[in-house]
Amino acid sequence: MPDHDHDHDHGDPPPSLPPVDRRSFLFSIGIGLNAIAASLVAVPIVGYLASAAFERKAQQAWIPLGELEQFPEQATRLATYRNPFTTPWDGVTGDIPCWVRRKQGGEFQIFAINCAHLGCPVRWFEESRLFMCPCHGGVYYEDGSVASGPPPRGLYEYEYRVKNKRLEVRGGRTPTTSQSV
Amino acid sequence: MDTLKKVGRWFDERLHLTQLYASSAGHPIPRLSASWWYVFGSASLICFVLQVVTGVCLALVYVPSPNDAYASLEYLNYQQTLGWFLRAVHNWGSIFMVGLMTAHMIQVFLFGAYKYPRELTWVVGCVLFLLTLGAAFTGQIMRFDQDAYWGLQIGMSISSRIPVVGADLVQLIQGGPIIGAETLSRFFALHVFVLPGLTIALLVVHLRLVLTRGINEYPVAGESVDPETYQARYDALLERTGIRFVPDGIDKDLIFGALVIFSILGCAAYFGPVGPNGPADPTLLNTVPRPDFYFLSLFAAFALMPPYLEDFVIVCILPVAVLALFAIPFVSNRGEKHPARRPGAVIGTVMIMTTLCVLAWEGVDSPWSPKMDAWSGEPVPPHLLEGRTPLELQGALLLQSKQCRNCHALDEEGGHRGPDLTDVAMRLTADQLVRQVLQGGGNMPAYAKNLQPDEVSALVAFMRTLHPANALPARDSAVPAVPGNQPRNE
Repeated sequence: MPDHDHDHDHGDPPPSLPPVDRRSFLFSIGIGLNAIAASLVAVPIVGYLASAAFERKAQQAWIPLGELEQFPEQATRLATYRNPFTTPWDGVTGDIPCWVRRKQGGEFQIFAINCAHLGCPVRWFEESRLFMCPCHGGVYYEDGSVASGPPPRGLYEYEYRVKNKRLEVRGGRTPTTSQSV
Repeated sequence: MDTLKKVGRWFDERLHLTQLYASSAGHPIPRLSASWWYVFGSASLICFVLQVVTGVCLALVYVPSPNDAYASLEYLNYQQTLGWFLRAVHNWGSIFMVGLMTAHMIQVFLFGAYKYPRELTWVVGCVLFLLTLGAAFTGQIMRFDQDAYWGLQIGMSISSRIPVVGADLVQLIQGGPIIGAETLSRFFALHVFVLPGLTIALLVVHLRLVLTRGINEYPVAGESVDPETYQARYDALLERTGIRFVPDGIDKDLIFGALVIFSILGCAAYFGPVGPNGPADPTLLNTVPRPDFYFLSLFAAFALMPPYLEDFVIVCILPVAVLALFAIPFVSNRGEKHPARRPGAVIGTVMIMTTLCVLAWEGVDSPWSPKMDAWSGEPVPPHLLEGRTPLELQGALLLQSKQCRNCHALDEEGGHRGPDLTDVAMRLTADQLVRQVLQGGGNMPAYAKNLQPDEVSALVAFMRTLHPANALPARDSAVPAVPGNQPRNE
């Protein structure tokens, strides 16, 4: 194309000049400036995106579950708490259920709702005293140990404490294999 | 007429449309490539365009916040004029898109189109396929219902199995300690900006590559690809049989594409939109989460593989499978193209597709999962109760109330996690039944702590009656058999 040749005629340096001419010098400056600009943009973006993983705020807190008499001895009951680390637009996803088993007196076991296999919600069956999972068939005994199916471990257990006749649970994040409650 | 031509020429001089046409839509293709086998790619493209258009429309109303997502979907279904139809078209469009891309990929593989010089076309196509699956998964999340919530939970649990980075990855995807507002916003951004944007960019590359190296010629058995001579032979083929893609070679694409759109619209009108199935409220436990069909085979695989293999599959097999897909053209980029000369390719394709289909089929039924309401909801077949003693009837009652039916069927009704008990007396003696109930084993929980001795006797008494009228129950081989004189309860 004749257009391009025309362009070249303009740019051809006279042979007497040193190899770095003005145009390629400015080109390098331009590239350099843009590299700096790009990293100035990239740093805050990466920081913004990765903050969820690397700059974790507190994710555990003591949360009241209810009065002690709500949980009869020898029984397993469903309890729900509001996750304290939520935004106003989290809606019902911030309501977290858990299974509370009161053995006797102040002795409890509080299980996360999530199956230790892949996180589906386990259901308690009072008559057979088993937890059953609707996804891949994980089954647990009432003490949370695996009865059958694919779960690699027993149900996740929350820490708990009894304060002023109230049961409190240390919760705030969904348990997974690499990070239990 | 002359004025019209003049105007046309004026625009063409400035827009170079004729040149553009000659180098794109009008590019030459071998006549035989204008085949019914070559229509799946263009049909996938049509689906994508449909998805973009309907997706933009849905985004006008949908609210990506857990507080409002469910309500906005209900609004789309029942109040927004034709909202239900666009939701249904978007859903069926995605089903057809995944299906057609799979067909496209299989066709391209079996016709050897990935071989020299089209290796990169295949690689880019694989990325496009993964992007489409990503759009399908994130799209399922947009339907922020119970399936979406627990599907996400399963995804998080799988990610958390990855060593070292698992926990960070989960936090990164969730955008916080639990699935909530930030999670939905993230998936919304992925679904409507990132994945479609990348898809458009790579589509351009994919089509550009098709233009650069030409469409694959129809394979001929006995003709072998050799990078040294390929281009000359392809050029000669074009010379001999070349036709312009538009308008001479596009007829079948047009017809098939229209049929695809008719099918999507027909399915959408007939079946309507999917869900949303119950709000994503984690406290509603009465749920049986299942993924959309694209991920049913993966879902089923996680139920059926031995548990000790799971981590290995997540960390090694899945990534290696994806890498293998990408590596195909670099492992074999020469040789025969025709499927008749590549039996390994054909057998491999058939085996993989059969496996995926069987797994998905199993996933629909999920026989490995206890049937949560069978114990209270399934009737006991009357013929199993007729003429039974009070003790045996008590046992029948226990079989229900102790939730045995959740895993064990009677007359095929009930759970299928464990064996059907309709003729269990032919398989196990009374002693064996007692042992199995008390100690469990073979994937059955032990019930020793949950049953009183009298309950065990009643349960076993009932189960000993569970055999066909004309067949003897199992007996201890140390006790001589006396036909017709079998004790009712040993």
